[in-house]
Amino acid sequence: MTASDARFPKDAPVRGPRALIFETGSPESRCVEAPALDVPDVSLDEALAGEVRTQPPALPHVTEVEIARHYHHLATMNFGVDSGPYPLGSCTMKYNPRLNEDACRLEGFAGLHPYQPLETIQGGLALMVGLADALAEITGLPGVTLQPAAGAHGEFTAIMMFRAYHTAMGDPRKRVVIPDAAHGTNPATVHMAGYEVTTIASDANGAVDLEALKAALDTDVAALMLTNPNTLGLFDPNIVAITEAVHAVGALAYCDGANMNAIMGKARPGDMGFDAMHINLHKTFSTPHGGGGPGAGPVCVTAALTPFLPGPLPVRLDDGTYGVGWTERSIGRVRSSFGNFGVFVRAYAYVLALGGDGLRAASEQAVLSANYMKEKLKGTYPLPYDRPCMHEFVLSGSRLRKEHGVHTLDVAKRLLDYGIHPPTIYFPLIVDESIMFEPTETESLEDIDRMIEVMLTIAAEAASDPDLLHGAPYSTPVRRLDEARAVKQPDLRWRPSSAE
Amino acid sequence: MLRAVGVADIDELFESVPAAVRLGRPLDLPDGLSEMETASSLRALADANTPATRLVSFAGAGCYDHYIPAIVDHVVRRPEFFTAYTPYQPEASQGTLQNIYEFQTMICELTGMDVANASMYDGATAFVEAALMASRITKRHKVVVVGSVHPEWRVVLRTYAASGNIEVVTCPVEDGVINPATAAMLVDDSTAALLVSSPNFVGHLEDLAALGEVAHAAGALFVVSVNPILSGVLEPPSSFGADIVVGEGQPLGNPMSLGGPGLGFFACRQAHLRQLPGRIVGRTVDVDGRGAFVLTMQTREQHIRREKATSNICSNHALNALAAAVYLSAVGVAGLESVGRACVAKAHYLREALLATGKFDAPYSAPFANEFALRYTGDAAAMHAEMVRRGFLAGVDLGAIDPGMDGLVLFAVTEKRTKAEMDSLAKEVASL
Repeated sequence: MTASDARFPKDAPVRGPRALIFETGSPESRCVEAPALDVPDVSLDEALAGEVRTQPPALPHVTEVEIARHYHHLATMNFGVDSGPYPLGSCTMKYNPRLNEDACRLEGFAGLHPYQPLETIQGGLALMVGLADALAEITGLPGVTLQPAAGAHGEFTAIMMFRAYHTAMGDPRKRVVIPDAAHGTNPATVHMAGYEVTTIASDANGAVDLEALKAALDTDVAALMLTNPNTLGLFDPNIVAITEAVHAVGALAYCDGANMNAIMGKARPGDMGFDAMHINLHKTFSTPHGGGGPGAGPVCVTAALTPFLPGPLPVRLDDGTYGVGWTERSIGRVRSSFGNFGVFVRAYAYVLALGGDGLRAASEQAVLSANYMKEKLKGTYPLPYDRPCMHEFVLSGSRLRKEHGVHTLDVAKRLLDYGIHPPTIYFPLIVDESIMFEPTETESLEDIDRMIEVMLTIAAEAASDPDLLHGAPYSTPVRRLDEARAVKQPDLRWRPSSAE
Repeated sequence: MLRAVGVADIDELFESVPAAVRLGRPLDLPDGLSEMETASSLRALADANTPATRLVSFAGAGCYDHYIPAIVDHVVRRPEFFTAYTPYQPEASQGTLQNIYEFQTMICELTGMDVANASMYDGATAFVEAALMASRITKRHKVVVVGSVHPEWRVVLRTYAASGNIEVVTCPVEDGVINPATAAMLVDDSTAALLVSSPNFVGHLEDLAALGEVAHAAGALFVVSVNPILSGVLEPPSSFGADIVVGEGQPLGNPMSLGGPGLGFFACRQAHLRQLPGRIVGRTVDVDGRGAFVLTMQTREQHIRREKATSNICSNHALNALAAAVYLSAVGVAGLESVGRACVAKAHYLREALLATGKFDAPYSAPFANEFALRYTGDAAAMHAEMVRRGFLAGVDLGAIDPGMDGLVLFAVTEKRTKAEMDSLAKEVASL
């Protein structure tokens, strides 16, 4: 459809850009105000010691219907898990059960204040203890803090606990070792925690190069941070040798839990020799990604590290009631209150609904679905590491580039025209033109078959009409953006003067 | 599917997992429940709580029970928003992106600053990120935090400082506020930032103009935390020379939810844009020349810069920021001013009513807005507990948070509280 298409009048309700909410409505538009004052008014100037605002903020002037239509329009320009398949590797975009959305909004949860007396939040504390216990069982790591707000926040929490542990042993140490396939958050976390990063290369199978690791390890090393299954979707067969080597120099092993969805009920990081890991509740435990958050990144640790957990920790007391406690050598806090409680409610609902067998079945199905897709696609898109994968796999778009001048980015953008969210692209960096698929267990066979069919169709389009792909997408509310302009001419906010 | 993959059973796909670490038993968790059973289990847990919203609540201390307009949750529940990932594919994420751009604008308007990011985890972590950013900008190591900042936030700052990346010095509180002369003795040419909160933890307004001068005289940045619900009535920190403004955004349209998730907001001057942590959305055009939005300035971020990134954060509280933006659209200028005015008027009314009972002393006399601390003349913990039995959350018993504040009770008043409720709180306390 083009702008000049006569079938569509100029004002047809196409899904295109919308005016800013600041440019909507009129100065008279009102929606909600506080009720009339039932106490004597105060002189703000007197009460606030002269710090009264003189220039009001330029907020929108809109009625409720204008708000409803504005955000309705914005919603139609978004693609979520409900919109269609979302095989975004490393992000575990599984379906977000609706019961969980209802549960976190129950007044008995949403209406809780963090400083209520503990007797009045017994259900909330019980829920947090129940979730922490489940995570301890699933990971094989008995100490749990729910406080971190995200995966990267969990990484930071754990590395600061490692620092406290090593300091207690007499030396905080200097370096943290990270494989080159790691998420960017790992090195950024290491820097925030005051350590230096040592990067090691992966071996020919995409796993940790054991010799390179051993060469990098010495008593200056505080930890290894490792994603297992790794970012190629492969379980590291040397995992026990790896954690043993780390422990041999007195260092600790951290598991980035981004890929936990592959191994629930199948294998536990604690049994692999990891000392700590974070769990992304917004990946593995079905809580929604929210367009970028809120998530939650609980950290699970060994008994040896438990004394360093941040507080407060919800605990079950001997008399069957619930309270909060602090460990004797706690690193402190990594944020206010208990953490993202509303996310805990959703995750706990997921654990209750699935149970132990259901969680295992979810991982099994996620792995089966990924392998099924991989087998059907690897003849068309090269698979650099050809062995059974876990819950995700990484293809290469290198053949399309060489033969047709079509890049992975073009394939990704074309998928949008077929109503499929692109997989993760250009990550991990160690695969040329990488395409990382993670179908998750909640995609039906029908949808998986359709994703496969579309990927094969796009490969055919690349051969017959590469420019079609270079120009994609066509059906989205906007097309490819001028990202360079966004950087060169930063326009990061609307200004009242630009309303003219 | 197994046949298509070429394996006989599912365990063949897990053969790369060494036998030694395979879990050879079922997880020790209860069996899964039907949806109905799951719903009743959760309801039972919810019912085991007495939420503040079912008491007459005067609890604040960083988390506030403001009215949330009906439209807010109806927008937040749109699955196109809450089931989406981070907007890395802008062509399919214009809803999230445009909202963030609008949110950034609103935060700039509330704080008076030039630029804002897409939001952070909470007020405490935004506060810490401000300290780290100031250290990067000034290439100085020490930050001075005033003791009147929320005690939890100061603990978070100390926890991060254990990395050795910054050193934290605390400026003591005098009569509920900070004496700029005392701050001036601690802020020197090795100080990256002076970090303050106004209103402070016990509700008082700090002398921001004087404190800003203290910071700038030493070449340090001035970092101010504010409560955004008061932005319709209080002069923004930009007027007092703030370089970075942060805060907890929960009061804007987000339920208390036991303290999370809310959102941290973060705004600064244009000159410091390159050191801003977190996501930023910018406006550009698409190939057809249509205005569109995209994540930008990403060379600051971890997925590009790895250990040289401005922060390890790789998310934001987008859905909470959406709630905040819808809230601010719903109240607008007039509504935000009316909410702020109501909170200030009612807090002043309640303070007088409580002092009139003869059961409280006023420990401090500095100006305050929506929150104030009083000293209970008897056993504050016992009073607080008894009032819960009578249906009131009589503020926050500060002695339960910090033994140094034993006897102090912090009262917050939102627009939801009525004169009748405040009168009955005073009457009940008087009867103790």
